[in-house]
Amino acid sequence: MSTVVAATTSSKATRVLGWLTLAGFALLVALAFAWVPEDTRITEQGDVVGQFDAVRLMFVHVPSAILAYTGFGLTFLASLAYLRWRTDWWDMMAHASAEIGVVFGVLTLVTGSIWGRPTWQTWWEWGDVRLVTTLVMVLVFVGYLAVRRIPADTAVRARRSVVIALVGAVNIVIVNRSVDWWENRTLHQQSTLIARKIRDETLFTLSFSFAVGMALFAWLLLHRFRLAYLESQIEQLEVDEAMEERRAEADLLDDSEEQP
Amino acid sequence: MFRDAWLIAGKDLRIEMRARVGINQIVPFAVTVLVLFAFALDTDQEALRTYAPGLFWVTVLLASLLAIGRSFAVDLADGASDRLLLSGIDPIAVFGGKAAAIAIQLVVLEVLLAAGVVLLFDVTVHRYGLLVCAGLAAAAGVAAAGTLYGALVAGLGVRETLLPMLLLPVVAPVLVGATRAFQDAFGVAGAEGWAWLGLLAGFAAIYGVFGALSYGALLEEA
Repeated sequence: MSTVVAATTSSKATRVLGWLTLAGFALLVALAFAWVPEDTRITEQGDVVGQFDAVRLMFVHVPSAILAYTGFGLTFLASLAYLRWRTDWWDMMAHASAEIGVVFGVLTLVTGSIWGRPTWQTWWEWGDVRLVTTLVMVLVFVGYLAVRRIPADTAVRARRSVVIALVGAVNIVIVNRSVDWWENRTLHQQSTLIARKIRDETLFTLSFSFAVGMALFAWLLLHRFRLAYLESQIEQLEVDEAMEERRAEADLLDDSEEQP
Repeated sequence: MFRDAWLIAGKDLRIEMRARVGINQIVPFAVTVLVLFAFALDTDQEALRTYAPGLFWVTVLLASLLAIGRSFAVDLADGASDRLLLSGIDPIAVFGGKAAAIAIQLVVLEVLLAAGVVLLFDVTVHRYGLLVCAGLAAAAGVAAAGTLYGALVAGLGVRETLLPMLLLPVVAPVLVGATRAFQDAFGVAGAEGWAWLGLLAGFAAIYGVFGALSYGALLEEA
């Protein structure tokens, strides 16, 4: 018999983390809308340029992009770890982080598109390396999740998922290089953080949004991982139950055969 | 090992020669797609000539899905894959053989489609060497990635719908590279055709090695 576990994904630690994340997010919204000034710059010709109010979207867009790549990176590492140790733990970790990666990946694309419309005057730019790479990456991991949803033996599914995750990770590099060659230009600005071309208020809020994003990521990952664990427990319980039933049937048969 | 791989490839090609699914169904399908592209572009000869390389490779990728699916459907029928496992042939050889068979079919398809593009879309070939090399390298890349993913979805209940969504994003670089190389070969756009050939060859090499190494794990459980 398998051990009976509590049918919940929360614990004291995740509740504290959850409330902290929520409070952090409320503060982030307040900072982004009330404290950070709109992004404007006056050129030498005296024109006013910049992202204006759209800059506030950056506090969702940039952390989302980082979390998406974190999620996919974690899937890659967990898949490698599964190859090494072959435990369900790593398999569930790969699944949980891929799912969160896809959520943040889609969020990155959507917020980037909304931001791009007023700033770059386009919803989508095919020549942009990072845009196209991120889209292909999200598609690859949507496929990964599709494979994970197929009912199959746990070990079979785990091994096939590992192959997709590893190929997907390699593919990201190839897609990135090919698109770079393809158009060889990007609308994304390079290293504004390093060049200190960014206002202090914006920089602080951006850093704060990373912290909130990381907390949210950890909270989601803990819950998603525990959910996967509970699912596997239920499957095990069902198998145990079915085996008990078959045994009872067999006992019944034995009894009836003994009668003359 | 090369002999074993050749055996597997010969088996797949022999089945194909006798069943003629490729010639009777996949090639007509690909030509139909070309015709549909012409309809979609409003019979504008100039646009067709400009976009011929891209349309050609989209057609090849769509048709390759059918060829890959067919290659694994043949193995699944009558428990043939189990006997293949029992034969004790190295999985690397099985991968190589299946990929080679698919690549050869794709090359035949490309030749027929290229003739179709020249006739229907009115393009002229400027660089034959580049055309041939890019066609071969792209076929090898698609076949390697396709064999890997074909084995991955083989035996799963929903493989017909799963293969396109898994494989197409992965072969996107082939589409980009092969289209650029063909643009150069057709002389419709100034692209560094030979440099793009490097990308295609690299893609084929990476997926060839990756597929050969992971094929054993995928076969055992199928």
